[in-house]
Amino acid sequence: MTVTEPTTEQTTEAVEGQDQTTDELVTDDVLVEEISIDGMCGVY
Amino acid sequence: MSTIPKTPPLVEQLKGGLDAPICLTWELTYACNLACVHCLSSSGRRDPKELSTAEAKDLVDQLAALQVFYVNIGGGEPMLRKDFFEIVEHSVSNGVGVKFSTNGTYLDRAAAERLVELPYLDVQISLDGMTPEVNDAVRGAGSHAKALEAMGHLRDVGFEDFKISIVCTRHNVDQLDEFKALADDHGAQLRITRLRPSGRGVDSYHDLRLTNPQQRQVFHWILDHPDVLTGDSFFHLNALTTETGGSNLPGLNMCGAGRVVCLIDPIGDVYACPFVIHDEFLAGNVRDGGGFASVWRESTLFTELREPTSAGACASCGSYDACQGGCMATKFFTGLPLDGPDPDCIHGHADEALAGIAAGSAPRPSQDHSRPGAAVPVALTRKS
Amino acid sequence: MPFDPADRYRLSPRVGLRPEPFGALAYHYDTRRLVFLKSNDLVDLVRSLEDHDSAAAAIDALVDPSTGRRSTYLTALASLCESGVVEPMLESAA
Repeated sequence: MTVTEPTTEQTTEAVEGQDQTTDELVTDDVLVEEISIDGMCGVY
Repeated sequence: MSTIPKTPPLVEQLKGGLDAPICLTWELTYACNLACVHCLSSSGRRDPKELSTAEAKDLVDQLAALQVFYVNIGGGEPMLRKDFFEIVEHSVSNGVGVKFSTNGTYLDRAAAERLVELPYLDVQISLDGMTPEVNDAVRGAGSHAKALEAMGHLRDVGFEDFKISIVCTRHNVDQLDEFKALADDHGAQLRITRLRPSGRGVDSYHDLRLTNPQQRQVFHWILDHPDVLTGDSFFHLNALTTETGGSNLPGLNMCGAGRVVCLIDPIGDVYACPFVIHDEFLAGNVRDGGGFASVWRESTLFTELREPTSAGACASCGSYDACQGGCMATKFFTGLPLDGPDPDCIHGHADEALAGIAAGSAPRPSQDHSRPGAAVPVALTRKS
Repeated sequence: MPFDPADRYRLSPRVGLRPEPFGALAYHYDTRRLVFLKSNDLVDLVRSLEDHDSAAAAIDALVDPSTGRRSTYLTALASLCESGVVEPMLESAA
């Protein structure tokens, strides 16, 4: 069978939110994060 | 104007533990035909209290109900169980994928033909040297040949992307390019992992562990070969990025023990990970009333492991964010405190403490399943 | 195929979606990719996809447009499409 191993990179996208003033904290609401199966010790 | 809440970093959520493991290691048996000097489970003799076939299949059902995505089956030598295929087939047909690790002795052509037909299954062949001289010194006479035979069978039946797994040692670290070529020749993926002083490794560690320059060598080799798997087992080497100013090794650099993974041993004992088979890291047993789920979710040990940890003695070191203080198992079995540097701390921060550990005072594995009289392939001297 | 909000999508039957306190884990059994959905709202959206004629409609049913979060979910679905967690529904599969 074919087993395709995932890449070791995480995929993230920057999201353009609503307008922010410079006084406000920068918010980065990335709702999806890919983790490599190879990326945590014990997961292999 | 409303603010968008920031979701917490994923790695922090993972350190807090999940409701079920992502995957787990399941050692099917302590029986093994080999007697590798570094065996993390001190395998050899079958334990008479092994889970029965019915218990094993019931455990699969429990894992399926928890939606554990896959199990890493090992041992000992898992193919020595007469019900090996029965358990594996029950698993993959119930939504729990299987990756299993084998020395290849019993992976003949017929077995390869059977394996290639199974969905959700991956195979990993263990090898620790490109030549019998290097390999068999660790794994025993004839083991190199058997591993290569098994790889040939998998290639011949068209089993794509099986894994060849190497434990990096002082004696094979210069063969990494050759291991990569071997994997490429077989359409396989190479995996290299860190040696821990666990199981029989307690005694062979000082002779097999990488030297400081060799650790640097491995770090750079991994960065140069991003398609080689490491299981994130070298994350302690990320301390090197403070010297090189370069990138971390790919991965989350976290210990998953008791948080996203664990070990189930042949008699149903649940440990934090395969490298800490010791009473100190025993969370419970699947034969207890609540089964595996209860151990995973409610055991005292796992609850403690999921609490936030402090840098401890590593707090003043600028590398801690990158290296996380290294590997719990490696610290434990060398007698070092868990809230301090890893014995292989690349900056040498553990050297003095290690030198101060009295010979024989470090913890020993709680059990030894070695076959009496099983030949240790070479007489390894133990540094005092 | 790139993600198109005008298309209809569904959670892939090749994916195991497992709830977690912070959202869900998605594991693709064929590609072995592991993806984290980091909000319960996103999980609800993914589960609701096949009940709507388009991904855009599914988002509109879930998200109040005045919050400005529409693009957050569009980006998330695009990402899930790329990793195979969600897939377009063919007309014949409807």
